[in-house]
Amino acid sequence: MAQTNKIMIQTTGLTKKYGTKTAVDHLDLSIFSGEIFGLLGPNGAGKTTTTLMLTGLTEPTEGTAFIDGRDCIREPMEVKKIVGYMPDNVGFYPDMTGRENLRFTAALNGLEKQAAEEAIDRLLERTGLTEAGNQKVGTYSRGMRQRLGVADVLIKDPSVIIMDEPTLGIDPEGMRELIALIRDLSKTEGRTVLISSHQLYQVQQICDRVGLFVGGKLTACGTIEELAEQTREDNQYLTEIRVISGDNRLTQLLKDVPGVLSVGREGSRYMVGSSQDITDILVDRIRAEGYSISSLRPCGNDLDEIYRRYFEKAGHDYDTNNRKKVKKLFSRSR
Amino acid sequence: MTQTIAKKLKNSFPAAAEPGNHHEKYIGLRALFHKEMADHIRSRRFLLILALVVLTGFASLYGALSSISSVVEDGGDFIFLKLFTTSGNSIPSFVSFIALLGPFIGLALGFDAINSEENSGTLNRLLSQPIYRDSVINGKFLAGAAIIFVMIFVMGGMVSAIGLLAIGIPPSFEEAGRIVVFLFFTSVYVCFWLGLSILFSVLCRHAATSALAVIACWLVFTIFMSLLAGIIAAALYPLDGYQALFNMMDYYKCELFINRLSPYYLYSEAVTTILNPGVRSVGIVTTSQLEGAVAGYLPFGQSLLLIWPHLVAMCAMTLIAFVIAYLKFMRREIRAN
Repeated sequence: MAQTNKIMIQTTGLTKKYGTKTAVDHLDLSIFSGEIFGLLGPNGAGKTTTTLMLTGLTEPTEGTAFIDGRDCIREPMEVKKIVGYMPDNVGFYPDMTGRENLRFTAALNGLEKQAAEEAIDRLLERTGLTEAGNQKVGTYSRGMRQRLGVADVLIKDPSVIIMDEPTLGIDPEGMRELIALIRDLSKTEGRTVLISSHQLYQVQQICDRVGLFVGGKLTACGTIEELAEQTREDNQYLTEIRVISGDNRLTQLLKDVPGVLSVGREGSRYMVGSSQDITDILVDRIRAEGYSISSLRPCGNDLDEIYRRYFEKAGHDYDTNNRKKVKKLFSRSR
Repeated sequence: MTQTIAKKLKNSFPAAAEPGNHHEKYIGLRALFHKEMADHIRSRRFLLILALVVLTGFASLYGALSSISSVVEDGGDFIFLKLFTTSGNSIPSFVSFIALLGPFIGLALGFDAINSEENSGTLNRLLSQPIYRDSVINGKFLAGAAIIFVMIFVMGGMVSAIGLLAIGIPPSFEEAGRIVVFLFFTSVYVCFWLGLSILFSVLCRHAATSALAVIACWLVFTIFMSLLAGIIAAALYPLDGYQALFNMMDYYKCELFINRLSPYYLYSEAVTTILNPGVRSVGIVTTSQLEGAVAGYLPFGQSLLLIWPHLVAMCAMTLIAFVIAYLKFMRREIRAN
């Protein structure tokens, strides 16, 4: 891992106001060199505005932003040289081929012709577009455009990559490839990656740390485990267990396990609430009684749950249905 | 002495003095300029407008050639220039064709310059590259202007060449000079329309809206302006009965002044003067002023002097349109869409 403790991106009191509406509200953010940071938040939370300020495209109302020690507001040229920005819904000139579009970007970055051609060949191959490189971008699918976007960002060999909703609208296979590519960029090449997204699952897969962004404010920041720890409700652990052919006897058995506070059942799916992590004991007990487990999942440790809880804190009404269901299941057995 | 001045200058503009920095500054502009040129030349829209201009050029040449012999009989000087100004067989002359069609060249090259970039999401990507923001709009304007200059001069050269083959009389130096000035003036005129359409492409979100806005301007300037000028002048200086005696001069002055606000009128006036050495004045001439004047043609230099204000005004209009577009674009907030 190329991660060090050098701070690559730092913002202090970064604020952006559009008229009376505050899009970003005193954002303090530090991102370390070589890590993948996920900026999470619903639509309109100010994620894109933040990325625009970091790339010097928009001036903040107040506050400062530094990338690798360079002021994003005062020295946008220096910043733009080391930062690759892939905007939300990245656009290319439809009448030019993929290769020509990349060539243009290379020219804008002042690359020599020979070096540019080599870089383009390498990047097209890396993003799996070698064959499509000579087709007009107008004929590209969304996934191909997105991959061309990644190639476009990499042309200038940036040390920081900022991606705005990179996984939006891509099929699962394309998503998998893209995620592998992003991970590769960070882990083997040591680039710092900042991803803004509202697709929690993908972010969870690749990000070292995440920041939750609600209403222009950063409400939480840290690794996913840290966030899960911070938000655990009433110090309760919740484990979802699926067994093959469950029955009422198992409910009773689980309730008798020391440390278990509650057990809910729905068909062969059990929700076990406990005061601490007792997964091992649960598994042993279930196996000992001759049941076979088909799946076991600790709830509340994935981003979905964390996200939901933060939104409740922030007064938002995220996915209330889901929560009710869990509660119902939970209280029925009490 | 000069060395100390150079040193002082260098010290006061450190950024400009460094050669490396200087070069870097133009990387983005050059790349954009090349790309825009290539785009224009390959675009179907440009080929269409080129075909239209070539067609009208030849049509007007055909008209001029068919009636040039009768024109020459009236006065045999500056025959070559008459190729451009003579209309025949109910086909307008080359000059009036260009005056009408020129705006469309500018329109076609500029009406979606900025807003199409914005709508296709390429503007954000473009601006996140290490280039200055004004390179984008400068590059677009310069590429459009370069295309216009090349196109107009090639057109003029072509018409001259074919005309030369047809009539067999070579142009004199003066005639050649006048044609070059005419072509230059035409290019500036078309550049004004390019600037105007870039301005609307910054102001309007949709390409169709900006195209319509430019067409509206074209209509106002070419058709309604002269009507309006007459109405306003008549309202200010009525010409009924006795009043005509006192107001005649003011009326014409006022009408001329309003008319000259229109680039179309300005262009027509200037081009008529430069291509027709017989035109001795662009303003109102009283009979007393003409008394004792020696009949003859105006020398090239004097013709140039007459249209100099026109040229300055045209350049100023172009610059004003472009500067507004520039300021609007530079202050534009790049927002999350």
